[in-house]
Amino acid sequence: MILTFLSRRTLLKAAGALTLTFAIPLDAQGAELNGSLAQFPRLSAWLRIEADGTVMLMIGKVELGQGIVTAVRQICADELDVDLNRVTVISGDTAVTPDEGVTAGSMSMPQCGRAVRQAAAEARWILVNIAAERLAAPVEALSVRDGVVRGPESEIAYQDLVTGSELQQEATGTRPYKQREAYRYIGRSVEPLHLRAKVMGQPVFVQDLRADGLLHGRVVRPPTYDAALIAVDAAPVRAMPGILQIVRDGSFLGLIAEREEQAIAAAEALSVLAEWSTTANSLPHQADVFDWLRAQTFKTTTAFERTRSDDARVVQTLRATYRRPYQMHASIGPSAAVALMTESGNLTVDTHSQSVFWTAESIAKMLRMDPARVRLRHVHGAGCYGHNLADDAAADAALLARAVIGRTVRLQYSRADEHRWEPYGSAMIVETEADLDRDGNVLDWRIDVHSTPHNTRPMREAGYLLPARYLSDPFPIPEPRNIPAPGFGSERNAIVLYEFPGHRVRNHFTTAMPLRVSALRGLGAYANVFATESFVDEVAHAVGADPVAYRLRLMSDERARDVIRTCAEAFGWEEFQRRPGHGRGIGFARYKNLECYTCVAIEVAVNDRGDIRVIRVVAANDSGEIVHPGSIEQQIEGGIVQSLSWSLREEVAFDSEKILTAGWSDYPILRFSEIPPVEVVQINRPGQPFLGTGEGSQGPTVAALANAVFDATRRRLRQLPFTPERVRGG
Amino acid sequence: MVTFTLNGTSVTAEADGDTPLLYMLANDFRQFGPKYGCGAAECGSCMVLIGDSALPSCVITLSSVENEDVTTLAGLTEEGGMPGRLQRAFLAEQAAQCGYCLSGIIISAEALLRENPNPTETEVREGLDRNLCRCGAHNSMVRAVLRAAGEV
Repeated sequence: MILTFLSRRTLLKAAGALTLTFAIPLDAQGAELNGSLAQFPRLSAWLRIEADGTVMLMIGKVELGQGIVTAVRQICADELDVDLNRVTVISGDTAVTPDEGVTAGSMSMPQCGRAVRQAAAEARWILVNIAAERLAAPVEALSVRDGVVRGPESEIAYQDLVTGSELQQEATGTRPYKQREAYRYIGRSVEPLHLRAKVMGQPVFVQDLRADGLLHGRVVRPPTYDAALIAVDAAPVRAMPGILQIVRDGSFLGLIAEREEQAIAAAEALSVLAEWSTTANSLPHQADVFDWLRAQTFKTTTAFERTRSDDARVVQTLRATYRRPYQMHASIGPSAAVALMTESGNLTVDTHSQSVFWTAESIAKMLRMDPARVRLRHVHGAGCYGHNLADDAAADAALLARAVIGRTVRLQYSRADEHRWEPYGSAMIVETEADLDRDGNVLDWRIDVHSTPHNTRPMREAGYLLPARYLSDPFPIPEPRNIPAPGFGSERNAIVLYEFPGHRVRNHFTTAMPLRVSALRGLGAYANVFATESFVDEVAHAVGADPVAYRLRLMSDERARDVIRTCAEAFGWEEFQRRPGHGRGIGFARYKNLECYTCVAIEVAVNDRGDIRVIRVVAANDSGEIVHPGSIEQQIEGGIVQSLSWSLREEVAFDSEKILTAGWSDYPILRFSEIPPVEVVQINRPGQPFLGTGEGSQGPTVAALANAVFDATRRRLRQLPFTPERVRGG
Repeated sequence: MVTFTLNGTSVTAEADGDTPLLYMLANDFRQFGPKYGCGAAECGSCMVLIGDSALPSCVITLSSVENEDVTTLAGLTEEGGMPGRLQRAFLAEQAAQCGYCLSGIIISAEALLRENPNPTETEVREGLDRNLCRCGAHNSMVRAVLRAAGEV
């Protein structure tokens, strides 16, 4: 369901919206270049009109399954006034597309969507003005339909207006956008660009790439993070059928074979033959991981502070501590890459990396190559949900390709490789405190986040790449840094939008990484929204207030209020009948306090054994102007389902030496019959900037779940995952 | 040498008999539907139809499909390469996000519908319990299967 808000007070169903005329001001024409267009203002970096009338759109953001390529294609087609099927997209090719950094952080719509919209509008203005000259007609007398400019007496197609250099000028930031009423594609759920090929079984994924003469590579990883390769007698493996090369460089060990099953068999044999150094206990005990974390040396920063100026008396202080374990991306498709090093010394890697430019530079440094000779091309992978092993697969493939110059090598990780070596979402402790006055008002609100890093992406340094640490001349792992304001890393979404007289949020950051960690969807937001939205519920309960009413009392942000009210209403919050073992809960956040506004309400049933059954989930979401409603619904619903799985089931297992979690039976995720019905109500705000949506629902979901379980059982869950034992109070 | 029927055509494979079928399909027969997910029959990504049953090709050996009828995702298309009923339904519902699990799920659903042409929603969910989806597209896929069932 989509609700279109044309003003703060008017609420309309989408079907009737177009009958209203409403003066929404055109986006500010202040000569400002939006998103990535500011870094790459030359229009020809983004758009090319081909001789056959097709439009080539070149973007740096890549498709992860979140729908970004489809959405920007719609935006381009609308602003440029061409049919959707004229637009082809190249994304994430270091030789061709603008460097938009990493596709992450729900920044693709803000950075790429807004850039494409403006670039296409600017290009259309240029083309129409050239046409005006050619058709000897004033611009006002011209219209465009599917790439053809029509004048009073004649018409001319875009491809006949360009000789090649017309778009080689910089965007001005002053050209008008298309009127919303004329949109043909924005606001509609057009068929996602690659869906048909995937449904028909055509090759789309990097894992699907095949060619005659393709070789198959495998890497043998150490048994633990710290092990070093002492010796390996590879002769028996060299003698196995189809084995072309054993590749050893220090503790990096890999092989190349003619056939895939030969590579797999050889990798197993090599792994048995390899002798690794023993390691001291280098991991904390899983059972004590939160004590371990609390005892680390932290760098403390203040993310937000407001000091209250009144002298109201504190009558009561509530405190709670929330804990989140290491959790994993657990992509369905283990990472892979295909690499070719030519005789002339050029390396090309087909990869599902989210950060082809950064990773290309990291790989070039690892191989001590001229970066101009390293080309990475993005190809679809399985959903990654953050920094998984995609970049390491590209690096491993490059190392293997270097050993068989002129031959293309396909490198594929096993399920065990993926589970055991991927960088996890960090364990976190969030401490909350609220000082209340005698009327139950919060006077001071204090949040303290404790975490290991949330970002070790290959940011142009070799040491971030997994194999680079194991080479005979290894690259050190760069010291990890937290992501700064405004998005933050571990303290992301630790600053709530509720208004308190006194409000302090601090981040306690340790660089210790006994378990490999990096960005997992939402970064700190999942744990921080779990903590803060559970705690606001705890305070509401302590003062006898309804959770929805209490939030609205403290929230003046209008869009936040709309989303909370819409969610509660769609859920039937007021009408809900509580029964023993049944309850409802709500959770809200604005992702990063910058992107989409999301509120989630959940109904649960909890039995005596502590099993939580999620009966239904209702969400309301505001992502600004909607481009593809289906994709927004999928990201919100997908985030809800993933968050339920994390929250009910997931925790990485390890002992004092190594990661134990190696497959799906060790790390169960929710299955079809465990997924509840999910309803997503979308609020459309035409004229508002596009807001990132991919990570909006995970934090609100876990909080709503915890709050619902409390409502049903009066048991407050503060440690994830919510196992039956924890629910029972064991 | 193992002979079997692949998507309606008789084919012969030359490789060790204990080669997992998945690698033959992907590498030798360029079938891009079935995908490696775990190699341990725990995720469903590699499922193919053997006869009318959905089975994980990662643990089925080449020799065991001698004379069998193997169908992959590409084999579900209809006359003239048009999408089959489940493919049409998944397109109509846009029932996928990354789409990596899609082949295994459509194969699993095809097996389900061949055995139970009119499943309830619960039966569809239970029928797909051997398939994992990490993006959370489950509900749209259930709608797609019910839509395909309703097409008859």
